[in-house]
Amino acid sequence: MLELDNDIKKALTSKNEHITVEHDPDDIWGDSRVIVNIGPTHPAMHGALRMVAKVNGETIEQSYCEFGFTHRAKEKLGENRTYHQFIVYTDRLNYCSALMNNVAYAMSVERLMGISVPERCVWIRMIASEMSRVIDHLVCLGIGAVDIGAFSFFLYGFHQREEAYTLIEQLCGARLTTSYTRIGGLMGDAPVGWETGVKEWIKKTRTCLDEMHKLLTGNKIWVQRTVDVAKFSKEDCLRYSVTGPVARSAGIDVDLRRDAPYLYYDKVEFDVPVAQNGDVFDRYLVRMEEVRQSLNIIQQCTERLKPGPIWADDKRTRIPEKDIVHNTMEGLIHHFKFFMTGFDVPEGEAYTSVEAANGELGFYICSKGGPKAHRMRIRGPSIYHFQTLTPMTNGGMIADMVAGLGSINIIAGELDR
Amino acid sequence: MDINTPVPTIYGNHFEKYAETWKKQIAEIQTKFGGAIEEVRFPREYPTDVPILFVKNESIIAVLDFMRTSPGLEYGFLADLTATDEENEPRFEMVYQLLSHSSMARIRVKVRLRDGEETPTATGLWAAANWPEREVFDMFGIKFTGHPHMRRILMDDRWVGYPLRKDYPLRGYQIFPDTPPPKPEYLEKGDR
Repeated sequence: MLELDNDIKKALTSKNEHITVEHDPDDIWGDSRVIVNIGPTHPAMHGALRMVAKVNGETIEQSYCEFGFTHRAKEKLGENRTYHQFIVYTDRLNYCSALMNNVAYAMSVERLMGISVPERCVWIRMIASEMSRVIDHLVCLGIGAVDIGAFSFFLYGFHQREEAYTLIEQLCGARLTTSYTRIGGLMGDAPVGWETGVKEWIKKTRTCLDEMHKLLTGNKIWVQRTVDVAKFSKEDCLRYSVTGPVARSAGIDVDLRRDAPYLYYDKVEFDVPVAQNGDVFDRYLVRMEEVRQSLNIIQQCTERLKPGPIWADDKRTRIPEKDIVHNTMEGLIHHFKFFMTGFDVPEGEAYTSVEAANGELGFYICSKGGPKAHRMRIRGPSIYHFQTLTPMTNGGMIADMVAGLGSINIIAGELDR
Repeated sequence: MDINTPVPTIYGNHFEKYAETWKKQIAEIQTKFGGAIEEVRFPREYPTDVPILFVKNESIIAVLDFMRTSPGLEYGFLADLTATDEENEPRFEMVYQLLSHSSMARIRVKVRLRDGEETPTATGLWAAANWPEREVFDMFGIKFTGHPHMRRILMDDRWVGYPLRKDYPLRGYQIFPDTPPPKPEYLEKGDR
């Protein structure tokens, strides 16, 4: 037996007479309120995000969030790069769905220039957008499930995601940072027989989704861990400008693809899933159904994809063909001027928004003429969603905060810009 | 060819769909607020996609609140809040992008601000305005009166200058070797 020295024993057991601690009835663990710093490099925070939480036991009482650790000054760069050069920066916004950012950016510049792209280009852009929506949702569902502890679910989803990246690689040579669109066209046409690969992938992904559904949706632990966790009501979603699957899971029936159609979304048929509770489970269900609907859209697009031109008939934005560049003087000058000086965009301003995987992605471009924008504002859904994390998770457990963060799918690249 | 060139509907046919609605709504706002509306820029007359209302700084919150709640307008959704630097006085323009969920019409409200002038916060109308307003402060140095916690958001608290101002250099780096520690006093401010 360890014999404690009398003095130490006395010091350990006796109360300090000089300090009086007021007893708080809410204090369940006996004055154990602690300020915990979660992040910026915590594995449960997706990307470099930070939450400083005052916890009572395991319950978050107050918190504040910080971000900006991966700020790369994209809006400033938008004012200092030509419209063509800025395409690569759009990949690095939401890097889970880079193609969708490319499409949105190209659309917004084309709109300012009064260009319309040919039919085949639009269909390919739609397939690209919907494929990246599938990827983004699979990532969100998979990582969210890993955070809660369902690991194999994540593997099922990630396999199909890798298959989709292989198709994207066939399209543009890159898997993650695609830079696929050009102003007024695409980097290159889809390879011959690409649609067949896409159709096979759709079939496999549908089967995979059914498996994922069987694996998790009815699982007792999953349901207990997600139902009524990190709830956010419809009114709160409106006040906090929440869009996309998070808003739809709370009962806001708005989808820009259906309600303000762009590209050819008015020519395809799809449903918009809406849930009512606005908790993690409903967000999971909405995302699962949206993947299915996206697959339906891709199916319809591949059926309507016809051979044809992919470039808009506009000399301002058309990148000269390589054999003209290499074999003629004028072609070389044209090429040089295009990439060094850039093309002029007429004066004007437009806010072009698309329904990205996580919500409304908007590019507000002000042009004063010339090859560089006067103001390039990127409205990503993440900043508005991350703002809701504090009100959404205060009063809940730390583990519920992790589940909530996974379900709103914050992408640090888009949040910090 | 510019934004006023009629193009096929792949970019959304906003003008054809909402031109009449916008005219009616703007007339309603103008009769209600009169002199507070400095200027209206309408698509096809000016290169813009949706109408732009320039509002005087002192009545911006009243105008936004009217547009947010009054039946027939119902621009209840703040799609975005940002600012631009126009270089000559009045130097800054606050930009509010509004969306109506009932009609899916969009509209843009702007406020002209001189350098150093403050503008009232919209956090009373939309809680969402909190962080975008902090971002505007961070990037342009525009202060919002009545904002719950006006501090930098993307840049470090120790940063000097406002990066998105046109006179700020592109490579104006400022390196901080350490991350600031958590600040318990921010908890009390409640970023919500």
